[in-house]
Amino acid sequence: MQHETVEKNVGLMVALVLVAISFGGLVEIVPLFAQDEVTEPIEGLEPHSALVLEGRDIYIREGCHVCHTQMVRPLRAEVERYGPYSQAGEDVYEHPFLWGSKRTGPDLARVGQRYSDEWQKAHLYDPRSVVPESNMPAFPWLFEWTVDGSKTGAKMAALRRVGVPYTDEQIANAESEVDGVTEIDALVAYLQQLGTLVTGR
Amino acid sequence: MSSFWSAYIFILTGISIVGLAILITLTRRMKDPGGEGASTTGHSFDGIEEFNNPLPKWWLNLFWITIVFAVGYLIAYPLGNWDGLLNWTSQKELTDAQIAHDRRYGEIYERLANIPVEELPDNAQAMRIGQRLFEDNCALCHGQAGQGGYGFPNLTDDDWLYGGSGDAIKASLVNGRRGQMPAWGDALGAQGVRAVTEYVVQLSNHDDVNATLARQGEALYNASCVACHAEDGTGNQALGAPNLTNDIWLYQIPGESVRDSVQYTLNNGRAGNMPAWENILGEERVHILSGYVYNMGNQ
Repeated sequence: MQHETVEKNVGLMVALVLVAISFGGLVEIVPLFAQDEVTEPIEGLEPHSALVLEGRDIYIREGCHVCHTQMVRPLRAEVERYGPYSQAGEDVYEHPFLWGSKRTGPDLARVGQRYSDEWQKAHLYDPRSVVPESNMPAFPWLFEWTVDGSKTGAKMAALRRVGVPYTDEQIANAESEVDGVTEIDALVAYLQQLGTLVTGR
Repeated sequence: MSSFWSAYIFILTGISIVGLAILITLTRRMKDPGGEGASTTGHSFDGIEEFNNPLPKWWLNLFWITIVFAVGYLIAYPLGNWDGLLNWTSQKELTDAQIAHDRRYGEIYERLANIPVEELPDNAQAMRIGQRLFEDNCALCHGQAGQGGYGFPNLTDDDWLYGGSGDAIKASLVNGRRGQMPAWGDALGAQGVRAVTEYVVQLSNHDDVNATLARQGEALYNASCVACHAEDGTGNQALGAPNLTNDIWLYQIPGESVRDSVQYTLNNGRAGNMPAWENILGEERVHILSGYVYNMGNQ
């Protein structure tokens, strides 16, 4: 086959490009769908509570994942600094996962319970008040805005369709659990549970 | 991994490598001799034409080398159920690195672990390690110099909520601490809160005290506050109840008057929380940190 044939037939070129790039995905990604290690939750993993779920959505809305990863890699320096490396089973209820790909700030995969609620709040209100050299933006509006719980139940129902085992009761109670809670309380609740199922060093 | 998926991976990997080899073999065959006399692709722009030359030798050879490398890599490293000749796993690499690290530094931690907390300040090495650990883990709340901040205790003074002995400091680090000052606003009422505030301010020897109000406050204090803060206001380190007589206020916002701060505390309560660090840092490091913090408070 002459390259001329490929270069002058866009349809053929598209088909061949698809074949070429699909090999990587077929070999590296598809087999994972069938691995228990990846699809089964680790022991003790529960779906996020309504409050934590809303906190997670605030985390996404504010773009925390743009500067913070949630992925401790199995490297000594990382395990030393952040704690036990991340396991796939910790994230089976995460849709989408928030592993991130850029660390302007530190990794947050194991930040839960590491600092007090008061510290998290002071730090989110004005990072420089507790870490003078920090370049993190301040998020003061989280202290004024409140969570709108009217969609929380629907979010949980949607998550249930992709495999998160929420009960009817949890979905029914979701709105009353979060409606009117300040966003900072929801976000801190989310942060304080991150990575707490795997402990030790 | 089931043998099906293992086979699936092997076959697809094999197909892609063999396929690439076939593809490059087919496309490199050219009737044209190449060079200046070669035909053109027919593309022409501004009189510039594109020769239809074969792939350069050096490029083609590099490609063959990558194919050979890929085969060697597959034999050496794991794929599917094949463990690879090197027996490499990322977990093993991590464990090896940790073992190597412990071999190099474990002896230092072991040696320092045998020195009592209160004697660690005499050990320069312990203090250097302690400073690193403090700045990485504790400075976020307590400040780089341990000076503390609003709601975060100053570690450089002589005032200790839970005691400043080596053992007490280490216990705070190992298990964490949870302060629990209840809210008294409802029980005391607005007038009662003002009165107790005045008495507490008096305990710390402020001279601008309304004596009548303070006397009222003293009665309320003796009824409700003595259990934790003691009759003389010196507190109770077993409970983490602060000393109210030394004019050190954990929850005073810069610029805020002592009265406002105390009044807020009485109305709303406080719940300071020191996280537990033994699980995160390990006993040996917590031990060294305890010595470092002990040293901060005794300089």
